[in-house]
Amino acid sequence: MKKFAVIAMLMVAVFVTGCAGQSDSESSIHVFNWGNYINPDVVQMFEEEYGITVIYSTFESNESMYTTIAMGGNVYDVLFPSDYMIYRMIQEELLRPINFDNVPNISHVSERFMGLEFDPQNRYSAPYKWGTLGILYNTTMVNSVIDSWEALWNPDYANLIFMYNSERDSMAVALKLLGYSLNSTNEDEINRARDLLIEQRPLVRAYVTDVVKDLMIAGEAALAVVYSGDAVFTMMHNPDLNYVIPREGSNLWVDAMVVPHNANNPEGAEAFINFMLRPEIAAMNTNFIGYTTANATALEMGLIDPALMEMPGFDITDEEYRRLEVFIDLGEFRDVYTRAFTTVLGS
Amino acid sequence: MKSKALAYPYIIWMIIFTVIPILLIVHYSFTVTTGNVTSFTLDNLARFFDPLYVNILRRSIVLAAQATGICLLLGYPVSYILAQKEFRDRNILLFLFVVPMWMNFLIRTYAWLTILGTNGVLNSVLTFFGLPPMQLLFNDGAVLLGLVYTFLPFMILPIYVSIQKIDQSLIEGAQDLGANGFNVFRRIILPLSLPGVVSGLTMVFMPAVATFVVSNLLGGGQFILIGNLIEQQFLLVGNWNFGSALALILMVLIVLCNVLLSFLNKETKEEAI
Repeated sequence: MKKFAVIAMLMVAVFVTGCAGQSDSESSIHVFNWGNYINPDVVQMFEEEYGITVIYSTFESNESMYTTIAMGGNVYDVLFPSDYMIYRMIQEELLRPINFDNVPNISHVSERFMGLEFDPQNRYSAPYKWGTLGILYNTTMVNSVIDSWEALWNPDYANLIFMYNSERDSMAVALKLLGYSLNSTNEDEINRARDLLIEQRPLVRAYVTDVVKDLMIAGEAALAVVYSGDAVFTMMHNPDLNYVIPREGSNLWVDAMVVPHNANNPEGAEAFINFMLRPEIAAMNTNFIGYTTANATALEMGLIDPALMEMPGFDITDEEYRRLEVFIDLGEFRDVYTRAFTTVLGS
Repeated sequence: MKSKALAYPYIIWMIIFTVIPILLIVHYSFTVTTGNVTSFTLDNLARFFDPLYVNILRRSIVLAAQATGICLLLGYPVSYILAQKEFRDRNILLFLFVVPMWMNFLIRTYAWLTILGTNGVLNSVLTFFGLPPMQLLFNDGAVLLGLVYTFLPFMILPIYVSIQKIDQSLIEGAQDLGANGFNVFRRIILPLSLPGVVSGLTMVFMPAVATFVVSNLLGGGQFILIGNLIEQQFLLVGNWNFGSALALILMVLIVLCNVLLSFLNKETKEEAI
């Protein structure tokens, strides 16, 4: 049966790749990135300078990207996963160490994002963008100071709260409010966080993902749990919005560039990564998409749009940085989180 | 022999895209992989019988049944009117039913967000007339509306076709024998249109029970349905075994519904004759 499954998958894979048309692997690289996460001009500039064709495709979640890579149907040269997913892919030997002799521009990356828990020696990843998880609020709709996750349990805001429909992020909110680590593997702590979220449910208008941006711009709710990059985007469109990292602490996330183990053109991938780490290129990307770059030089050189620099949450202080925690992949314990969050939504 | 050869591409297509995927789902449902060892297990299926998941399935069925019922109530009269000989603007109306299907389903569903929102189109109209705005989005009703909106054409078209096919002489005969309008409908048109109704019911119920896009967008993630659960297992959790088991359970359920409906269809057909 196993063999049969493999043969069947191969048949489908051959069929699909056959349709896509293989191009010469030496002069092209396959890049797999989040949707709307790059300045398209940058890709063109790279192609012109290096004579390497970039075949660009996008994914919408770390997990769907992981499934694509782990099942091995398509071959990519550069991926842009987040921290915990990089950790998981390193554990499962899906990544290839980067030869940093070919990536000297790694020196521009801020110390803050080097040597984090997901890749302690920085052998596999080159940080791209980073951000935090926090509360986006509409200043015309709140009547108190928003500086704590507790605001999301305030009955005054019943039906005016958007939560983020992602188990790790929603559980992180509850775990942090209870004073626990957002990587907790203690079942009692998880259960208490789950109960807190169930208690919150009547106040929540909806559990949303990307649509939260449009909804908050339209003034549909007073409070929403969002990523700082999305917050910056919405604040650009609606001046009534503000963003805060709650005092209990929150999540710091880092999206980094990595090379999968089966890359066809690792040298091309490294050239691309090095190119992306140039301060001017990093600034072009940040100015275009609004997410903060991990490139310290780009910030120091003043290459970033001043309007972005002024946005709350675009950059953080050292004090805020110390309150943040990076997500770690929990291995088998993931199931406990999934079940807890399914119970919250299914109750 | 010639006609057989023509069927081969179709057979190959079916094997690659229908038979093999179904076999894979069955395979995943009954196995678990630890390390490199894949072994037989019933745990995936057993895991479903947790009240948490059973409840989600029950909710999906109720919601899909409600949507199907509403589609039938709305769709039957429309099909009946469409099929009338003297109805002259039929093509325009049919065209209007089909046109939205040219647009991407996701965009059509997304549009409801702006229509139903607190500051949306509908509430702007309400507040214009001095009425208080209503919470229209992110509840069961919004999901139901989305389902009915999406699947109504799938109810109308088969019923329309089956009514249109009815031999006019049967109706005339009944009228000659003194049946009034109501009796003609009850004794002739309704029984003869039942095959259309049955295929309409299945064409609405099946995709409605498995939907995850509508419940995600219009339900605001609070109304997790069996489709969302399957999506979650495949895309987020990465547990293909449990996801496949859920898909298998849903497939068995749909097959059972189909058998029941076709049985019903046969009964009524025999009765009518």
